[in-house]
Amino acid sequence: MMTRLRDLVSKLWRRSVRIARQIIGVPDYDTYIAHLRAHHPERALPTYREFFDARQEARYKGGGGRCC
Amino acid sequence: MNSVAAKFGWLVLAVFGAFCLGIIALDRGEPINAIWLVAATVSVFFIGYRFYARFIAEKALALDASRATPAVLRNDGLDYVPTDRWVVFGHHFAAIAGAGPLVGPVLAAQMGYLPGTLWILVGVILAGAVQDFMILFLSVRRDGRSLGEMVRSELGATAGVIAMIGVLMIMFIILAVLALVVVKALAISPWGTFTVAMTIPIALFMGLYLRFLRPGKVLEVSLIGLVLLLLAIWLGGKVAGDPAWAPLFTYDGKALAWMLIAYGFCASVLPVWLLLAPRDYLSTFLKIGTVVLLAIGILLAMPDLQMPALTKFIDGSGPVFSGSLFPFLFITIACGAVSGWHSLIASGTTPKLLANEKDARLIGYGAMLVEAFVAIMALIAACVLQPGVYFAMNAPAALIGTTVDSAALAIGQWGFAITPDVLAQTAKDIGETTILSRTGGAPTLAVGMAQILHGIFTGDGMMAFWYHYAILFEALFILTTVDAGTRVGRFMIQELAGLAVPALKRTESWAANLIATALCVGCWGWFLYQGVVDPLGGINTLWPLFGIANQMLAAIALTLACVCLIKMKRDRYLWIPLLPATWLIVCTLTAGWQKVFGGDIKVSFVAHAQKFSAALDAEQILAPAKTLDEMRRIVRNDYVDAALALVFMLLVVAMIGFGLRAAFAARRNAKPTARETPHVALAGVQP
Repeated sequence: MMTRLRDLVSKLWRRSVRIARQIIGVPDYDTYIAHLRAHHPERALPTYREFFDARQEARYKGGGGRCC
Repeated sequence: MNSVAAKFGWLVLAVFGAFCLGIIALDRGEPINAIWLVAATVSVFFIGYRFYARFIAEKALALDASRATPAVLRNDGLDYVPTDRWVVFGHHFAAIAGAGPLVGPVLAAQMGYLPGTLWILVGVILAGAVQDFMILFLSVRRDGRSLGEMVRSELGATAGVIAMIGVLMIMFIILAVLALVVVKALAISPWGTFTVAMTIPIALFMGLYLRFLRPGKVLEVSLIGLVLLLLAIWLGGKVAGDPAWAPLFTYDGKALAWMLIAYGFCASVLPVWLLLAPRDYLSTFLKIGTVVLLAIGILLAMPDLQMPALTKFIDGSGPVFSGSLFPFLFITIACGAVSGWHSLIASGTTPKLLANEKDARLIGYGAMLVEAFVAIMALIAACVLQPGVYFAMNAPAALIGTTVDSAALAIGQWGFAITPDVLAQTAKDIGETTILSRTGGAPTLAVGMAQILHGIFTGDGMMAFWYHYAILFEALFILTTVDAGTRVGRFMIQELAGLAVPALKRTESWAANLIATALCVGCWGWFLYQGVVDPLGGINTLWPLFGIANQMLAAIALTLACVCLIKMKRDRYLWIPLLPATWLIVCTLTAGWQKVFGGDIKVSFVAHAQKFSAALDAEQILAPAKTLDEMRRIVRNDYVDAALALVFMLLVVAMIGFGLRAAFAARRNAKPTARETPHVALAGVQP
């Protein structure tokens, strides 16, 4: 019972953090790493910092972005 | 059994919603409680989502859960990622929610709470949410392409260029009018100006922290930023109360306009990580948090609406904006009921995240319903104020003078009794020197929010704190829009100018960057400055132009949806986008016509200009101008505004032409001609 509750809370927390990051245009780092490992094993894996900086730069490269 | 119970549940909800609407519509004389409005809204939205959105999803668009989305097909882990639908919902809502749904309903409250409420409810169900949903669907079926690209491929290349120019012009007007809202809120308010100015060093600190101290720890730094912001609000009160410090942060509109223009220029050429991005994080979280806070506030405080259901200003004689209920109510409340800008978001990053086509209903239709709910809350915040206070804050000085006595007298003559003491006391309660003519919607919303939140978190001086919190929250995300918008505008200008001078297209060139940024800032800055010096307050002139532009873009998006339905051979559902498209076209063209060719000098730019130039020829000076130079400026601005309205009308008419051409061509063809990407079965794609 307690473990199930703990699982639920941690699941909700992870989802909230993902929503919060996605809202400001930072996609999931783990997903990207998993994607690179699966499809581009020859490429070097970026650190979280490199990933974050690149995403930040990409977000403001035009293309609408937000509303009035 | 289960389905019978579910049907019964929906029936109960429908009856309850109708009952709430009945209370709102029929209860006259006594103030009604805001809770009825909230309950009616929630019921209507649930029913709309359950029945109408589902009908569109299953019948009209025939969403196909087995079809692979662009996120699945082109999964790159970055831009195209199949994402949990609630995460996409959060992303999409944060991108569509801005200042628009907060300001429009506040201005529309001059006609009473009923017209605005009904338009938001009907508008969002039949127009706004339909547009967002359909454009999202169309983009998902086209590899996540943008609105401009879809217009080009479905309606032709010329239509694509016209749509792009339209988007750029709307951008200038949006940036100008939003910046004007900030200027109006901060003018002669050292407390507000100080707190908003402090967001710059706070953001710089956050940027450096994220870059060098704790790279990428966004949530942590946002929390620190929030604490610093709250400290800045508290400190602002001290600054405003200090005779030595207060003058350093007290500026009139003109000075603030120049500062904003300079700031917009700097912020959009600095590296994004230093100022723009950290402030964006802060403003986004603050925006979501405040919306939730306001909802809780309304539910707990259960305030009464003081504004009557209808005021006499539905005839068009109102002080906040000129023009009668039709068409101007439908122009004034754009975002919240239907906002063309959303079609850019729905065809931007969102379609690249959908894991399944079926999610389009929740994200496209559902997120827009939440935005409409925000609009209803803004309307409530404006209507819980005493009408006298509302009109004192939103009428220009040209109509109510500059003292509490003249204002109380003028507003009393309109039929809203208010004493000078109440006006003076309200200003004192919120920690400001005056509340008169604080047009633009933001201060009114802030007073309303402060009143609602003060009902829960009471305490000495808390009213002033909440007022400045609300001002800060609005100014923060408006300024973020201004920075980001200037940047986007710069890229668009570089793209357009690059057609003529290829060297301007190089986004890494500093010279090209600075020129394009200066052009972009110059364009919105000109309208901003004109709005600031406008004796009628600026909002009066610029907000309808913004509304016309935004609704025009919605009309273009819905026209695209109509054409695509015909091309898909789903003509029997054409009425779904055609109904709102027709309504918006009728509204924008009527409003535009009255603005350009009408005879009423309060509404028509040209009639106003002619009156002033006739006086100018006779060397007469008409109020509110004080010199012949001011007279000339009024005439010139009127003609520029008229030309802009005319261009917007021509854009709509041109798009209707292109739409009809494409529609008839599609009907002559026996086969479906929509240019969707080929069907790939979801089951066949490697995860």
